[in-house]
Amino acid sequence: MADTPGGRSLVVDAVTHRYPSGALAVENINLDIKGGEIIALLGPSGCGKTTLLRIIAGFIAQTQGRIIIGDDIVDALPPNRRAVGIVFQNYALFPHLSISENVGYGLAARGVDKASRQREAQRLLELVQLPAMAERLPRQLSGGQQQRVALARALAIKPSILLLDEPFAALDKNLRLDMQIEVKRLQRVSGITTLIVTHDQEEALSMADRVAVLSHGKLEQFGTPSDVYDRPQTLFVNTFVGSSNRMPGVVVSADRTAAKVRLDAGAEIIARPAGGTLSEGGRVTVCIRPEHLQFVGDETGFAGVVGMSLPLGATVVHEIKTADGAGVKISQARIGETRALENGAAVRLAPLAPSLANAFPATL
Amino acid sequence: MGTAPASRDVTSYGMGLAAPLALFFLVFFVAPLLQLLWLSLHNDTAALHWGLGQYLHFLTDPFSLSVLGSTLLLGAEVTAVCLVLGFPIAWLYQRVGPRLQTIIILIVLLPLLTSVVVRTFAWIVILGRQGIINATLQSLGIIDTPLKLLYTQFGVVIALAQVQMPLMTLPLITALGRIDPNLDDASCSLGAGSWRTFFRIVLPLSLPGVIAGCTLTYAAAITAFITQSLIGGGQMLFMPMYLYQQASTLQNWPFASAISIIFLLAVLAVVSVFTTLGRMSRGYGGA
Ligand SMILES: Nc1ncnc2c1ncn2[C@@H]1O[C@H](COP(=O)(O)OP(=O)(O)OP(=O)(O)O)[C@@H](O)[C@H]1O
Ligand SMILES: [Mg+2]
Repeated sequence: MADTPGGRSLVVDAVTHRYPSGALAVENINLDIKGGEIIALLGPSGCGKTTLLRIIAGFIAQTQGRIIIGDDIVDALPPNRRAVGIVFQNYALFPHLSISENVGYGLAARGVDKASRQREAQRLLELVQLPAMAERLPRQLSGGQQQRVALARALAIKPSILLLDEPFAALDKNLRLDMQIEVKRLQRVSGITTLIVTHDQEEALSMADRVAVLSHGKLEQFGTPSDVYDRPQTLFVNTFVGSSNRMPGVVVSADRTAAKVRLDAGAEIIARPAGGTLSEGGRVTVCIRPEHLQFVGDETGFAGVVGMSLPLGATVVHEIKTADGAGVKISQARIGETRALENGAAVRLAPLAPSLANAFPATL
Repeated sequence: MGTAPASRDVTSYGMGLAAPLALFFLVFFVAPLLQLLWLSLHNDTAALHWGLGQYLHFLTDPFSLSVLGSTLLLGAEVTAVCLVLGFPIAWLYQRVGPRLQTIIILIVLLPLLTSVVVRTFAWIVILGRQGIINATLQSLGIIDTPLKLLYTQFGVVIALAQVQMPLMTLPLITALGRIDPNLDDASCSLGAGSWRTFFRIVLPLSLPGVIAGCTLTYAAAITAFITQSLIGGGQMLFMPMYLYQQASTLQNWPFASAISIIFLLAVLAVVSVFTTLGRMSRGYGGA
């Protein structure tokens, strides 16, 4: 296994978990994470992210499968012997202990003497840029500061894996960005293998080396941010990560790399068969992102009528009604005076490139 | 319409609303207490001569002082037993499923749902010479002669502990329930074992509940007239019974009043120690 000085590799091997209540929270998940990587677990609420995190930390014993950290199978180890640092969504700082004692808690459990503990706590508090807060109680800190303390506390035990459960969910937008940069900086410095749970796709795409997309307890795709965003393997990934227009159609002809699809909206376009090869005559759903559509002047593409236009700062989103009654969104950069589109104007749309339209077999 | 202020500050409501309760307290609590104080300041049974004689008598009489001492000790013992037995119950309550929780709550509350007299007689049946414990031990051949359980300090402590248990367990359950379960996990993931987690995290954070429970149990245990006298019998004398004898049997009202006042002050002293500890520990709980 590839371990960096700071972080060990983590393998989630065919892990399945069923809660005693019968809920199948996690189903046959395989992740192979290299030492020092930063991974985002992305998925909608209830898809099993926290469950998987708690299995890795050792709070839940999975029904099936193995967790391997470095070269060790850790399934038999209790959480306090796994050397896994975890930052909880609500920080879970000890409210009756000072910031310094919170950060030093893990060291105290390891029998480190008080003076060294305080020194180390101070060093870590400087690392997270809170050197002056050592003697305060957690409730005397702001949310973002508590977050940093939680991070420092987890790092104090020099974990081989760092788990973060929705670490930024409770922070406002600006602070969130600061903390994301902060965590990424700390991760780069320490080289600790890091797993971030989030349901915020921007966060996942911006922070992670690789993103694991989960849905209903299953792994939909595990790849780099650009893999996940540009080459989604499933319809779910395409629509969950970023926004996407879903256009139904029928396959006219298809090979491994390209498929000609007749859209219900009334045009033939070339699309990329995303979920494997497609069969001729089969129904498909073509996903095209709003920013991957363009207005065309000639007779290519499909026709529509302009509905609403929403100026969203740097971009303008137009909603176009197509012939089959569906709505399609197209987003355009706002450069100078954008062509004013009147309500009810007839337009034609086409994808920027065939590789930017993904065709998935329709699941009906 | 529209003239009334949209919302009124709570503090601006007239004190008149509190008048009925204030009156009730005045008539049934403050007045008798003042009368008690007035009575206790007389040297003779007829309450004709003023003086501190009753207090002097109590405070110089070894017997009276020993009754006070054993009553306060009894309270401490019952509180300790309740704490030691109640904490695990409360702890368990927070860790079992909802169905078991209902059962635990029911068991905890059960003593409150039956009359003190009935419960106390049940203990007589259990602890007596021919009682359940002695009969069982004898039939098993463990003992030859019945153990003396009834009319002993041990018997009183056990019976009182059972009777007062809800007063300890309920505040503990509340206090433990307010502790974020993630703190347990956090402690554990930082490498702490379950004992360290308990003593460094769970126990300190449950202190407000411990102190509330101890205060309630203590106050209830030392004033539990029925259980004390039925289980304790003639040999064991505690303050409530002592007071009752002086007032009812010996008709020595001034002395009985002085006993009441001294008892009241002693209890207040103990309770205020508890509340001071409680206030000091309140710093925790927050967040
Ligand atoms: N203790 C439990 N007992 C039974 N079922 C549970 C338990 N915890 C979670 N579940 C179920 O398992 C599934 C996954 O839950 P999990 O908490 O892992 O989701 P999540 O992805 O973390 O969601 P969120 O983003 O809302 O935190 C859910 O359907 C949930 O209802
Ligand atoms: Mg979760």
